[in-house]
Amino acid sequence: MLHLVVCIKQVPDSREIRIDPKTNTLVREGVPAIVNYFDLHALEEALRIKDEHGARVTVITMGPPSAEKALRQCISMGADEAVLVSDRAFAGADTLATSYVLALAIQKAEDEWGPVDMVLCGKQTLDGDTGQVGPGIACRLDIEQLTYVEKVEYLDTEKREIVVHRHLEDGVERVKAKLPVLITALAELNRPRRASLPGLLRAARYRPIVWTTNDFPNIDRSKIGLRGSPTIVSKTWVPEPKQVNTEFIEGDGPEAVAQALIDRLYATDLPQKLGWT
Amino acid sequence: MAEKEQKERKRKPMVGLQPEGDVDWSSYRGVLVVVEQRAGKAKSVSWQLLGQGRRLADKLEAPLMALVIGSNVSHLAREAIYYGADRVFLCDSPELENYRTRPYSRVCLHVIRTYKPEIVLMGATYTGRDLAGAIATHLPTGLTADSTQLDVDDERLLLASRPAFSEKMLATILCKQFKPQMATARAGVFEALPRDESRTGEIIPVPPQMKPEEITTEVLEFLEATGKVNLEDADVIVAGGRGLGGPGAFRLLQDLADELGGVVGASRAAVDLGWIGHDHQIGQTGATVRPKLYFAIGISGAIQHVVGMQNATYIVAINKDPEAPIFKIANYGIVGDLFQIVPAITNAIRQRKAAKDAADPQQPSTPQTV
Ligand SMILES: Cc1cc2nc3c(=O)[nH]c(=O)nc-3n(C[C@H](O)[C@H](O)[C@H](O)COP(=O)(O)OP(=O)(O)OC[C@H]3O[C@@H](n4cnc5c(N)ncnc54)[C@H](O)[C@@H]3O)c2cc1C
Ligand SMILES: Nc1ncnc2c1ncn2[C@@H]1O[C@H](COP(=O)(O)O)[C@@H](O)[C@H]1O
Repeated sequence: MLHLVVCIKQVPDSREIRIDPKTNTLVREGVPAIVNYFDLHALEEALRIKDEHGARVTVITMGPPSAEKALRQCISMGADEAVLVSDRAFAGADTLATSYVLALAIQKAEDEWGPVDMVLCGKQTLDGDTGQVGPGIACRLDIEQLTYVEKVEYLDTEKREIVVHRHLEDGVERVKAKLPVLITALAELNRPRRASLPGLLRAARYRPIVWTTNDFPNIDRSKIGLRGSPTIVSKTWVPEPKQVNTEFIEGDGPEAVAQALIDRLYATDLPQKLGWT
Repeated sequence: MAEKEQKERKRKPMVGLQPEGDVDWSSYRGVLVVVEQRAGKAKSVSWQLLGQGRRLADKLEAPLMALVIGSNVSHLAREAIYYGADRVFLCDSPELENYRTRPYSRVCLHVIRTYKPEIVLMGATYTGRDLAGAIATHLPTGLTADSTQLDVDDERLLLASRPAFSEKMLATILCKQFKPQMATARAGVFEALPRDESRTGEIIPVPPQMKPEEITTEVLEFLEATGKVNLEDADVIVAGGRGLGGPGAFRLLQDLADELGGVVGASRAAVDLGWIGHDHQIGQTGATVRPKLYFAIGISGAIQHVVGMQNATYIVAINKDPEAPIFKIANYGIVGDLFQIVPAITNAIRQRKAAKDAADPQQPSTPQTV
């Protein structure tokens, strides 16, 4: 049976985050924690493969104990097992340190439940917002990566081949690869299902498996958490809105206004730069 | 248990834990820009990054390098010099025709480890992010995604700033521990240098790092999205919002755009209402653009829209509400009804061109079909 691992992250719903205008700091209170939007699409794709071919779907997250809730949501949708990789030592990880721990966790999941055929990630997170963790994991596990997937055209479990459509700025690319692969999911990939009733019942009782640093005997502790993260946030600030001296153009009727605007534009360097004659 | 241990032992050691080779970071010098291309055509973000790379390299008093990977792409190596590079690495081979992560990343890793740039920049495109994520893990080093500002300080540290929390904040990110310092940067944020054919530089051929038979992924085909607007490269954008009241009014904007040789953009509100396709959307969840002239028509100027277009050289706002925030960033403001103003502007331009053509019949300024 196929073994699929989905990496999900619980994130603050950044659309709800406000800036306190007095202190210029983020107001996080009352901001709901959600399963990262794109990760639900990754999970849905795994569940579809499970429906069609039969598969074991393991969900993994690295995060604080409160991320349990996000994992239970994945169970309610139909994931078989959920793992919370959680330890104070993991805190403050950037994408490099995160991909290391997730790759270790995926290897451990292989030891527990059999070789992994596919890893599924979201396109990017709402908070980290880099899209780097997926490629990072693929690299660590030395498997092929197919990013920004908007469609899985087919999966041949006999030949162990997959064809996907990758979304690019100027078109779509059809790519064939050999399993195992890592794919990162776009929202166009599918529409995540709602939880089923049996799923909800199972989720209510479900306790995710928790792995800490002690569960990874060979872990290099200098490569995790804040210490293992080469990027440092040196400062944050709220951008000043750009200020310009707006010239309001007025006139007697739309024609006069339009004419005045054109005269102004022709008086700038635009005609020269744009080749207006 | 014994079986389990055996499995663990069979595994290759994980990559990306220690830098390969020497870690004398002081020998790392210069800025490297990885040029992105498809079918021999470079993405404009590559030249924009060479422009910014030139500014950083000059500040560091170090060379600006470019890496061109593909098949039949030697002309792009010359272009990279015209756009500011001192030295270009060229990996030109049939199996590199289509981008694929492994063969491309191996070439990048080879060039980075051999020529040791202190900074590596790539476009924050789908391909650029795919490639940068793989390379940074392999090296390993720190990578900042989606930068909108790039600078260096006195200690030669790269200050890569990027929006965070849905553009509500900016954060400056450093990488002190490793070299090179890597960043991807958005299209449309930095300005390319003027193309200068008199510039000279060195082109260094680089061999592919994988044999064709080692490459297991295959690009079956590329389906070009036809009719897709290219907002990032447009010099003139005529954008409309909810104030248009419906899809029909986009016709007025298209007419104006046609006269100016521009393209039509939109606010999210107009896109969400289904008046125009998502590929026209400008702003935080759409394109970041840097045209020379931007018309914001019936757009209120919400911050999520403004972050995507505030770097336009000239902004003209047309809105019936004099208090609309868009006027705060506009060079020219017109308070009025877009249904009257926009056709009047289109007309005024036509008349101006017609007058010009009448005065100079040999060189009509409107394009003619032969
Ligand atoms: C997470 C998130 C991401 C977002 N991303 C984006 C993004 O990428 N891009 C984006 O654009 N928005 C984005 N938004 C939405 C943004 O906040 C605004 O809602 C949106 O930009 C408003 O669009 P609008 O200006 O067209 O509409 P409105 O705010 O409704 O403004 C319409 C304007 O038209 C004027 N008007 C009406 N009739 C006329 C007329 N006849 N003549 C002249 N003027 C007229 C009105 O005075 C008004 O100012 C995002 C929001 C969120 C929460
Ligand atoms: N802490 C985490 N735990 C599990 N998966 C993660 C974590 N962080 C990132 N991911 C996965 O990597 C993807 C890209 O994340 P990012 O690089 O932060 O944009 C996400 O959509 C997730 O699938």
